[in-house]
Amino acid sequence: MPNKFPLWKNLMVLLVVTFGFIYASANLFPPDPAIQLSGQSGAMQIDDAVLGKVEQSLDEAGIEYFAGETDGESLLVRLRDADLQLRAKEVIQAEMGGDYIVALNLAPTTPQWLSDLGGKPMKLGLDLSGGVHFLLEVDLDSALATRLEGDLEDVKKALREARIRYRSLALKGNQIVGQFRDAEQVEKAEALIRTNYRDLQPLSEPGQNPLVLKLALSDLAARDIEDNAIKQNLTSLRNRVNELGVSEPLVSRQGKNRIVVELPGVQDTAEAKRIIGKTANLEFRLAALDRVGEVFDFRTPSGQGPDARLESNAVITGENVTDARASFDENGRPQVNITLDAKGGWQMGYATRDNIGRSLGVLFIEYKTKLEKSFGENGELVLTPVPFVEKNIISLATIQAQLGKQFRITGLEQRESSELALLLRAGALAAPMYIVEERTIGPSLGADNIQLGVKSVTVGMALVLLFMLVIYRAFGLFANVALAMNLVLLVAFMSLMGATLTLPGIAGIVLTVGMAVDANVLIFSRIREELAAGSSIQGAISGGYDRAFVSILDANVTTLIVALILFLIGSGPVQGFAVTLSIGIVTSMFTAILLTRSLVNLTIGGRKIEKLWI
Amino acid sequence: MTELKVYNFMGIRKIAVVFSAIMLVVSIASLSINGLVLGLDFSGGTQVEVGYEKPADVGELRQKLEAAGFEGPVVVHYGSETDVLIRLQGKPDQGLAEKVYEVLQSDGQQVELRRVDFVGPQIGEELREDGGLGMLAALIVVMLYVAIRFQFKFSVGAVLALAHDVIITLGVFSLARLEFDLTVLAAVLAVVGYSLNDTIVVSDRIRENFRKIRKATPVEVINESLSQTLWRTINTSLTTMLVLLALFFIGGELIHNFAIALMIGVGIGTYSSIYVAATVMLAMNVDREDLLEPEEGELVDDLP
Repeated sequence: MPNKFPLWKNLMVLLVVTFGFIYASANLFPPDPAIQLSGQSGAMQIDDAVLGKVEQSLDEAGIEYFAGETDGESLLVRLRDADLQLRAKEVIQAEMGGDYIVALNLAPTTPQWLSDLGGKPMKLGLDLSGGVHFLLEVDLDSALATRLEGDLEDVKKALREARIRYRSLALKGNQIVGQFRDAEQVEKAEALIRTNYRDLQPLSEPGQNPLVLKLALSDLAARDIEDNAIKQNLTSLRNRVNELGVSEPLVSRQGKNRIVVELPGVQDTAEAKRIIGKTANLEFRLAALDRVGEVFDFRTPSGQGPDARLESNAVITGENVTDARASFDENGRPQVNITLDAKGGWQMGYATRDNIGRSLGVLFIEYKTKLEKSFGENGELVLTPVPFVEKNIISLATIQAQLGKQFRITGLEQRESSELALLLRAGALAAPMYIVEERTIGPSLGADNIQLGVKSVTVGMALVLLFMLVIYRAFGLFANVALAMNLVLLVAFMSLMGATLTLPGIAGIVLTVGMAVDANVLIFSRIREELAAGSSIQGAISGGYDRAFVSILDANVTTLIVALILFLIGSGPVQGFAVTLSIGIVTSMFTAILLTRSLVNLTIGGRKIEKLWI
Repeated sequence: MTELKVYNFMGIRKIAVVFSAIMLVVSIASLSINGLVLGLDFSGGTQVEVGYEKPADVGELRQKLEAAGFEGPVVVHYGSETDVLIRLQGKPDQGLAEKVYEVLQSDGQQVELRRVDFVGPQIGEELREDGGLGMLAALIVVMLYVAIRFQFKFSVGAVLALAHDVIITLGVFSLARLEFDLTVLAAVLAVVGYSLNDTIVVSDRIRENFRKIRKATPVEVINESLSQTLWRTINTSLTTMLVLLALFFIGGELIHNFAIALMIGVGIGTYSSIYVAATVMLAMNVDREDLLEPEEGELVDDLP
């Protein structure tokens, strides 16, 4: 039996090996620490003049840099020393001022030819790069409740205008419940609502009082509101994250009502949390006339006293605020410019038209969680998180003229104006959010983890290589080449797929190293058996490979199934493990079967050999 | 060339049954009485890891935190004398970690905030459910695959072997009061993968031998198959153990328990692939008849 591969098979193996080396090599070029600068608004030109200013400030601070570049919208300056990255950011921010966003960044150093081929280094997970991970839960019920409250007012008004009389109309849970005097009025009301309020659905339950009309949001409308709430929260979170100046932040939806925020490389985690975790909303309310309304404290002590009385109904909420910026008026006094969406602008105009001279208050609403202790059935202590709401006034200013889509708040200190602008932006959320998970990894721990990971891979690999050499001698060498190549291919695939490397992912690599030799062990054991059974040497090699194949395939497919399930159910770190494990299984099939066979065939295939060193 | 030595593995299968039964009973008892020490991932809560420049006195730190109003903080060394892990009971609110850090910094000591984990109670609960669900899904899918590729009796053997390994691995974690977190869950699922790998290889050989050897009792066929695959089983377990030892000693505190879980699992998995799956098959009276007439076009010997 000739042990020879046709040329195409050898070429294919060679091709895959080359492919592996090329794409894995992208990881040999670690990125440079860099500072990125961009404008607060997209219209700002970041040209060579700006670059010159940045470079000058770095020169003055004695921070070494190189290869400054700009593309008109942002600029990037690479630094020699990663430790000086933070300091460089401060220096540049101080020089350029608040109109620019200065971010820490990692600039790729992948050679041009490699990145043209799509080569890029593996992404590091937060546990390796350091940074913050937040999982936020959006309180969709509250978004729905807010909407229903608005609808309730609208329906009341519409009924009044249509002269349909009702006894009472109020919110009960997630329903609007109306009581009427006679069936005719109920019918009229229902018809009116069906034509004008498609989002509301009259409910009919068996045995229901005919004089009662129950309305709930239709499924479609509810889903719409929920989707919009999540989308708006995503947008405002992205804006807030941009304020932090993080180079590659991740803000994305997870599941029905959750948002993941990942900020790699963030060093000042408290600051990140302050801005991200600021789960807040806003309400603009007119100051109350007479003794009606509610009394609220000021958030920070102000000249206007400890508290003020505002009306119970909001003119607009944070949902309508699209932007808020601190700036200076024509006389150089600090102010905050506020931009509203169309609906908000219209409502604001309507409310302020007849109220010039009255005060308009901005209420800042924070959603916090506290834990309440109680005792369970067996007397054990049960802690339940209880959300509570804190409402404070952040601004109370006199209305000078009818307000529209854009208006400004003046009469502030500079510090106050930037704080107010930040709070206004932070409050532009459609629904409150709660942090349900937070993971912060300090930069040094991340670096330690990388070091430990690399070391365990190296040591584990060395042990396995040695073991295989001792047990299978010449064939052990083939297996070892395959094992090393398996690692190269694994890295190449992960880089190419843009998979993220995490610490459990490294553990997966280590485990793959240990298990990948299994295929070779199976093959070699078979060859030994064939020899023991008296086969010729070439026959034993061929028979060993052929017979082991079915076992290898079955074993790997089932393991792959498990890895897939692991990926489907797992979250972040576990998924990283599943990904490396799955890729490792596939690449090890190739290296252990095809690569070693090719090597065996090329070296001893077709030759006369007295004894097999196996 | 020497003949392969055939060990009479199945001759002592009654002892193996008793041995497995004892381990299973102890594991299940411990799991139902003691439960698992759930890590933060599953229990929810707050933990903070800090690094000092000099070895830190955990007793002193505990007192300091208690004095600052934290209830029953658990303060332990983490990996080294200079690293400290603080687990807080009660209020898992978001600002807690910063407060701890402030307290620790208050006397001007150099403290580095290395890691903060806050997991809300609802997340922990979901993870517990998902974990259990995943385990069940893995077992069912595997059972189906093996039933299709092999035969029903093999799939029962494989799945019982898997359940055996998982339960005992969990049992050891429960008995030794080792912390069970997400990485350990990943490890347990990897144990499923590993043990399955082993069992499949052995089953494959049993199937082959049932078809090949005509005049032999099932016990003889299984003994021969196990003996033939014995070296492969041992060698693969050894290489895997080697890398796990590397992970255990070098990999750092975060994947310490991950390595332990896998080491236990690989050990038990090696045993179970020899004894559990085959014993179950014998108990179900597996014989040649079950494996005759492979379907047309079955995937055999077509590569390379």
